[in-house]
Amino acid sequence: MITSLHVEIIIIAILAAVTCCLPGVFLVLRGVAMMSDAISHAILLGIVIMFLAVQKLDSPLLLVGATLAGIVTVLCTEVIIKSKRLKQDAAIGLIFPLFFSVGVILVSQYARNVHLDIDMVLLGELAFAPFNRLILAEIDCGPYALWVMGGALLVNSLFVSLFYKELVITTFDATLATMTGFSPAVLYYALMVVTSMTAVATFDAVGSIMVVALMITPAATAYLLTKQVKYMIGLSVVFATSAAILGYSAACYADVSIAGSIASMTGVFFVGALVGRSGLF
Amino acid sequence: MNYTLLLVLQGALLLGITSGALGTFALLRQQSLLGDAISHAALPGIVIMFLLTHSKDPWLLLCGGALAGVVGVVSMNYIVAHTTLKKDAILGIILSVFFGFGLVLMTVAQKIPVASQAILNKFLFGNVATLLKEDIYVVACISLLICAILTLFWKECAVYVFDPMFTQSIGFNVKIIEIILTMLLVLAIVIGLQTVGVVLMSTMLIAPAAAARQWVTKLLHMVVLAGIFGGCAASVGVYASSVIDHLPTGPAIVVAASIIVFFSLMCAPKRNAA
Repeated sequence: MITSLHVEIIIIAILAAVTCCLPGVFLVLRGVAMMSDAISHAILLGIVIMFLAVQKLDSPLLLVGATLAGIVTVLCTEVIIKSKRLKQDAAIGLIFPLFFSVGVILVSQYARNVHLDIDMVLLGELAFAPFNRLILAEIDCGPYALWVMGGALLVNSLFVSLFYKELVITTFDATLATMTGFSPAVLYYALMVVTSMTAVATFDAVGSIMVVALMITPAATAYLLTKQVKYMIGLSVVFATSAAILGYSAACYADVSIAGSIASMTGVFFVGALVGRSGLF
Repeated sequence: MNYTLLLVLQGALLLGITSGALGTFALLRQQSLLGDAISHAALPGIVIMFLLTHSKDPWLLLCGGALAGVVGVVSMNYIVAHTTLKKDAILGIILSVFFGFGLVLMTVAQKIPVASQAILNKFLFGNVATLLKEDIYVVACISLLICAILTLFWKECAVYVFDPMFTQSIGFNVKIIEIILTMLLVLAIVIGLQTVGVVLMSTMLIAPAAAARQWVTKLLHMVVLAGIFGGCAASVGVYASSVIDHLPTGPAIVVAASIIVFFSLMCAPKRNAA
């Protein structure tokens, strides 16, 4: 039985998947994929601090705080790397558990009675997404998450298509980019801002672990199959969409976690590409 | 100081020392995020063990977790060997896909009537306060085992960390050293999952080593100092959470360890290269 509820969840899942994999392609190519893991955990701190400031769970300021926390994570990591005292992987691995821990501690000290569930941030619950609806002038405009995700997808598509040339050139040849007047640093931070916003927009519905799965795995799967960035983007969109649809169907059939099922499905595609790529392209 | 607190302190101290010392090798080999990936990858193993045995014994479940962690590492190495993907992308794939699969299994486990969700949720955030006397024995045994193996293969590991090529050329079997170091890492993570949980385990490995690296330049000194830092952070975290109401232990340990790191980053004498 396919109801409108199912359709709505599938559309949200597809939007989330495609939104994540667009910046994901460049994260994978640049070798900063684990930044998505760091950002998606660190945003908890931003949400908690903003919540303590405004005392409302549905305020859009919470999302602003979360995005800021993501950007601060990137900045802190950069500062540590620039100091040459630690390597990139250590810097990432130090900052995000700290941010996450401070978030958890703040919740435990000041917001114990509030429904600010840390499990939800980590794991997400796509099945509940359709119940939070956007009502404008008493007209039901569909699930709130649908609009958030649609907006995020629009922003990401615009970012990737408008700055495609710049993104590609700074990714593969930073020296050439600098010589021709594109600043690799500016593009890097722009990519990180977009990644933070994507993580913030999607974690609410699908949880932070699935943000990581959707950002990295479809892009990496596409990377195995093609040598061109254009095709890599196209293929990763295809894989992300298929993983969302198949993962959701499997989750419904077996009555298990939707986010987990979609994440597993991206893994299935990756293994498929790994095993079967000798004969392709 | 009461009995429970003493017990918990012992457990955390052992974990802090062992993971601190072992983290040194991970940090120097630039595998800081490997611990994060392994601890996430352990989840499906823990749940499968639960589904098979319906046992509530955390150590039995953690055996499953260790196995899954090993499977994760083996898959990682396979992908490294057979593709040109960057290391951190591979870590991210293993971490998220294994953890996602673990979530799927967890929802299966929750349908079993005997399932106490608590025991599985425990591994997400860890719960040092539930450690029993028997648990401390197991933690102590694993810690001793790790230290013994590290002492036994000290020379090999030390050479390997700094120059794998050289190690191979003078006739050591690099693969075996690699396997030993990874197995030790998995063992340390297994104790850590009991204590600080999946998300915060990476700090236990990286932070003490990162702090120690700022002060000393010799491997032996670094391992010892990292062990001391790890032990201190764990004890301070446990003590703070026993004094302050509702302060969760895992995050308290992480904050304590991070303070040590940032103090070291700012105050230690300058070095020329990282």
